[in-house]
Amino acid sequence: MPETHQFGAIAIYTHSWNSNRSSLALSSSSNIVDLYKVSGANYQKVNVLSAHTQSVTGIDWAPKSNRIVTCSADRNAYVWTQLKDGSWKNTMVILRINRAATCVKWSPQEDKFAVGSGAKAVSVCYFDSSNDWWVSKHIKKPIRSTVTCLDWHPNNILLAAGSSDFKARVFSAYVKDVEEKPGQTIWGTKMPFGNLMAELSSGGGGWVHDVCFSGNGDCLAWVGHDSSLSVVNANSLSNIVTFKTSYLPFYSCVWVSLNRLVAAGYNCEPMLFEFNGKNIKLVKKYDTKEETGGDNVISKVTIHTGTKEQCKKFSTTGLDGMITVWDIDAK
Amino acid sequence: MSKNTRDAKFRAIDVDKYDENNYIDEETEDVQSGPNESEVIKHLNAARNEEALKLVLTNPPLATKNQAIKDKCFQLVMRVLTSFRTSDMDSAIKTLDQQKIDTLMKYIYRGFETPSEKTCSLLLAWHERAVAAGGLGSIMRVLTDRKHV
Repeated sequence: MPETHQFGAIAIYTHSWNSNRSSLALSSSSNIVDLYKVSGANYQKVNVLSAHTQSVTGIDWAPKSNRIVTCSADRNAYVWTQLKDGSWKNTMVILRINRAATCVKWSPQEDKFAVGSGAKAVSVCYFDSSNDWWVSKHIKKPIRSTVTCLDWHPNNILLAAGSSDFKARVFSAYVKDVEEKPGQTIWGTKMPFGNLMAELSSGGGGWVHDVCFSGNGDCLAWVGHDSSLSVVNANSLSNIVTFKTSYLPFYSCVWVSLNRLVAAGYNCEPMLFEFNGKNIKLVKKYDTKEETGGDNVISKVTIHTGTKEQCKKFSTTGLDGMITVWDIDAK
Repeated sequence: MSKNTRDAKFRAIDVDKYDENNYIDEETEDVQSGPNESEVIKHLNAARNEEALKLVLTNPPLATKNQAIKDKCFQLVMRVLTSFRTSDMDSAIKTLDQQKIDTLMKYIYRGFETPSEKTCSLLLAWHERAVAAGGLGSIMRVLTDRKHV
C-alpha cells in the first residue's frame, strides 16, 4: 500500500524533499512555503517561508548543502539557509525578469541554479559573495514563449528547458566565473554560455510540461499537452521517439532507471513507461483511486527513495491536497 | 490629460508584429496536397468503404496554407464518412492506426465547426467510436495542434 497524507482542502502545486526525506517543502498556490517534519506517515508543520508576495511556483531543496530555493509569480527567487536555531534566512536573487518565474532547479553540484520564466528566458544564477546575493545570466535565444520546466544534466553544465512554444531545448549553462571549462559530452563539444545544443519537438502542438535527463545524462524525456511522451538519445538526436498516448496529458515525469520513467498528470494516475531505444511502451499504471482514494490532477512527481538510475519509491502531489509515496514495484 | 483617452484606434495595431522574438509557426517544406481524390472515389463507387476511409485519411493537407485545398479534402472526407452505415463504423475504425484516428478526429471536429442537420448525428456517431479507439488523448491532440485540416 502506498503511504498517503492529506494536507487539507488545498491544491498542492509542487513539493520538494530534503536529502534524507525527513522534511518536506510544499507550496499550495499561495505565497507561503510550508515546511513539514516527516516521520513515517506523520507530517508536522514546523516552519513557513514567507517572503514572496504572490503564488510560489517552484521549490527545490538542495540535498548536499541543505539550501532551499523558491521562485514565484512575483518575479523573485530566494535562497533559504537554515540558521542554528532552526529558522530560515533568505538571500536575494537578482533575476532581472519582467514576468512571473515559473520553475527552479539546483544544478547537481549546487553552485548554480536555473529559473524559468514567462519572460521567454532562463536565468542561470550563481553566488556573488561581494554583495551577498545571487546574480544571473540570461539564456534568451531562441526561446519564443514561457519556459515551463527545467532539468540539469549530471555534468552540471547542460540544462534542458521545456517551453510553451512546443519545444524542449538543451542549452549550455557554463558560467566562466564559477567553474572549470567543461569537457565534451555526447550532446556536443562547444559549450559557450547559452549555446543551443539541441532543439527538440514531438511533432505536434502542445506545451511542454516537464523535461527530465536520464541518470547518466544520455537521454532526455519530455511530456507535452498533446498527451505525448517523448524520449531522445543524444547519440541520435534526429531519432526522437514519441508515444502519443490515449490518456489526458502528463504534467510531470521522472526517470526511475536507465530505461524506465514515471509520468503523471491530468489523467490522475502515475504510469510507468519503458524506453528501449526504438519505442516506448506502457509497463503499468498505479491505481490511484483504488489505492489512495485520491482522484485528481497530479502536479508533481519526484524521487523519494533512490536515484534516477535506481529509484525504489517516488512521491506525487496533486490538486486533491494529498501526497502519496509509491513503491515503484507496487501493483 | 490627453483629449484622446477614448480613442481606441491603437487597439487595432498588431503589436506582436514588432516583437522579433514572437512565436512563428514552423514552416514545413513538403506541402502536402491531400489524398488522391480519384482513387478514393473509385473505392467508394466499388463499395469498398473501408479502403476509401483509409486512403482519405492518408496524407492530410496539414501544412498547406491554401484553404481551398483543405475545404476540398474536408468535403471528400465527409463524403466518405456519410457513405458508412452506423453498423459498419466499428469495424472500419478497427483498421485505422493511431495517427489515422487522430486525423479522423481532426476532420470530425472540423465538421462540428459547421454543423448541419444532416451531418450532426453522423459526426457524433463517428466521434463516439473514435474516442473509444483513440482515447481522450486524440481529442487533446485536436485541441493542441496548430496544424489544422
